[in-house]
Amino acid sequence: MARLSLEARLTWRALRAWFTVYRRIWRSSVFSSVLGPVLYLGAMGFGLGSLVDRHGTAGIGGVPYLEFLAPAILAVQAMQSALAEATFPVYGAVKWDYRYVAARATPLRPVDIYRGHVLFIGIRLVMTSAIFLAVAAAFGSVPSPWAVAALPAAVLTGLAFAAPIAAWAITVRRDTAFNYAFRFGMTPLMLFSGTFFPLSRLPGWLRLIAYATPLWHGVALCRALTLGTATAGAVAIHVTYLLALTGAGLYAGGRVYARRLYA
Amino acid sequence: MSEVLVRARGLTKRFGSFTAVDGIDFDLYQGEAFGFLGPNGAGKSSTMRMISCVSPPTDGELAVLGRDPRRDGPAIRGRLGVVPQEDTLDVELTVRENLLVYGRYFGLPRAVIRERTEQLLDFVQLADRANDMVEPLSGGMKRRLTIARSLINEPDILILDEPTTGLDPQARHVVWDRLFRLKQRGVTLILTTHYMDEAEQLCDRLVVMDHARIAAEGSPRELIDRYSTAEVLELRFALDAHDRAAEQIKVMGTERTLLVGANGSSSGTAPAGHGRPSRPGIEVLADRILLYVPDGDAALAEVIARGLVPATSLVRRATLEDVFLRLTGRSLED
Repeated sequence: MARLSLEARLTWRALRAWFTVYRRIWRSSVFSSVLGPVLYLGAMGFGLGSLVDRHGTAGIGGVPYLEFLAPAILAVQAMQSALAEATFPVYGAVKWDYRYVAARATPLRPVDIYRGHVLFIGIRLVMTSAIFLAVAAAFGSVPSPWAVAALPAAVLTGLAFAAPIAAWAITVRRDTAFNYAFRFGMTPLMLFSGTFFPLSRLPGWLRLIAYATPLWHGVALCRALTLGTATAGAVAIHVTYLLALTGAGLYAGGRVYARRLYA
Repeated sequence: MSEVLVRARGLTKRFGSFTAVDGIDFDLYQGEAFGFLGPNGAGKSSTMRMISCVSPPTDGELAVLGRDPRRDGPAIRGRLGVVPQEDTLDVELTVRENLLVYGRYFGLPRAVIRERTEQLLDFVQLADRANDMVEPLSGGMKRRLTIARSLINEPDILILDEPTTGLDPQARHVVWDRLFRLKQRGVTLILTTHYMDEAEQLCDRLVVMDHARIAAEGSPRELIDRYSTAEVLELRFALDAHDRAAEQIKVMGTERTLLVGANGSSSGTAPAGHGRPSRPGIEVLADRILLYVPDGDAALAEVIARGLVPATSLVRRATLEDVFLRLTGRSLED
């Protein structure tokens, strides 16, 4: 118990530093958190949606396209902000602004520095996902009251990316690696995870790959919740998958950070 | 005898097949200013990182504040202040916020941080910049802020890695002045430097490091006495005359009167007892010839009497630079 509270205190100390930094940029950050979903839901949901809806939506479960799309974009956005916050800021904390380098000279251990940062990313995910859900609700695209549970679902989706990606980002030697990860990792995931169209449109082998990716689980989970079609079994599978990925990241992160920060 | 704060025996750091620190021994006592003098790449920074508990030793014993860095890193680091070679300030925050963030890493309450921030910014003469961003501060100011930040936890040992490297002379003197005040307050300092004047000004005791090993240890005065002579005669010859003059002077050196003085005041090349300038000799550098002699003017007269005409000559007191040169045959800043 005493040990747990010490661990928690050290993580908390590392976390607070990020809030001090965030205080300087929160206005522009909140602004873009609102603007992003408005643009997405406006263009894809209403624009593309009106076209899809006119031709019948039996293929997407008989719901309006906007309702099909909104939870997927929620999960995609969680992935995107997790990647944005777990790549360049992690790399920069070693190479540019030295936040990690400064912190390692203090009682904080690499694992505390890692956990504090991932926790901060998690809190940012709560903020952006809550804003998204509020905007989506204003657009009338979340029919079920279960949508409230889509908030933790989206945060979990983001953490399943952030925890392992941060552990990878600290080992990267040149930041161009991130651009490759965005282009060849994030973009295909966004396009082929049942986001804009159901997986049933894909050939069988590609569908199998999609089932194995974290974003598909995030999208399926969020969608089941906002549409109110969730079954206990499916939710359990998605949550277990995402928790396992987060846990693997957390396990690796402390070790990788120690190797990198303690030369 | 005051308390030993850092004790190293056979301390070793290897990176793959490269040995950065090769089995060094030293003791740091409470209240002293202890220096590691040596050229770049001698192993000073690796030693500092091991003491700072951010780099586990590969081999040997290390005890910092009586504890084992491998096991008690967080507890030890909580009582250290570290001024790294490169500033690790957060340039996106203000001066005050930098101290706030750092103080929180040590778990200090906000009120304590606020109070110490005022005192420390006064001390490093940055009180009027408290609410300014760090980015536009000059190099000297950033260094002073780093020093202030390192003192936020009132450390038992302050570790400074190359504290004035990269600063202009005026900024260096301001930093030295602040460090000297800390020393007078009884703060224990460990510092690395490749500036001999810095080591002479600040260190009570130092070790000379070269090629991952400790080449010599003592106070600046003791080291100069042991490895040099009271006076140094520096001779510069025209470029085309340099090599021949060096040969002739070396021959003169074997005749012994040049190096020990006409009256034979020193007893040849063997190190003498304490406090006696004792190591006469000749060092030939690319651009000048240094004669370690008891009497510089007498040696100069003798050189001129042999028909050698230096372009310039200078008689000066020996410094730690000379100690390093005599120990390694190389100049510190090569």
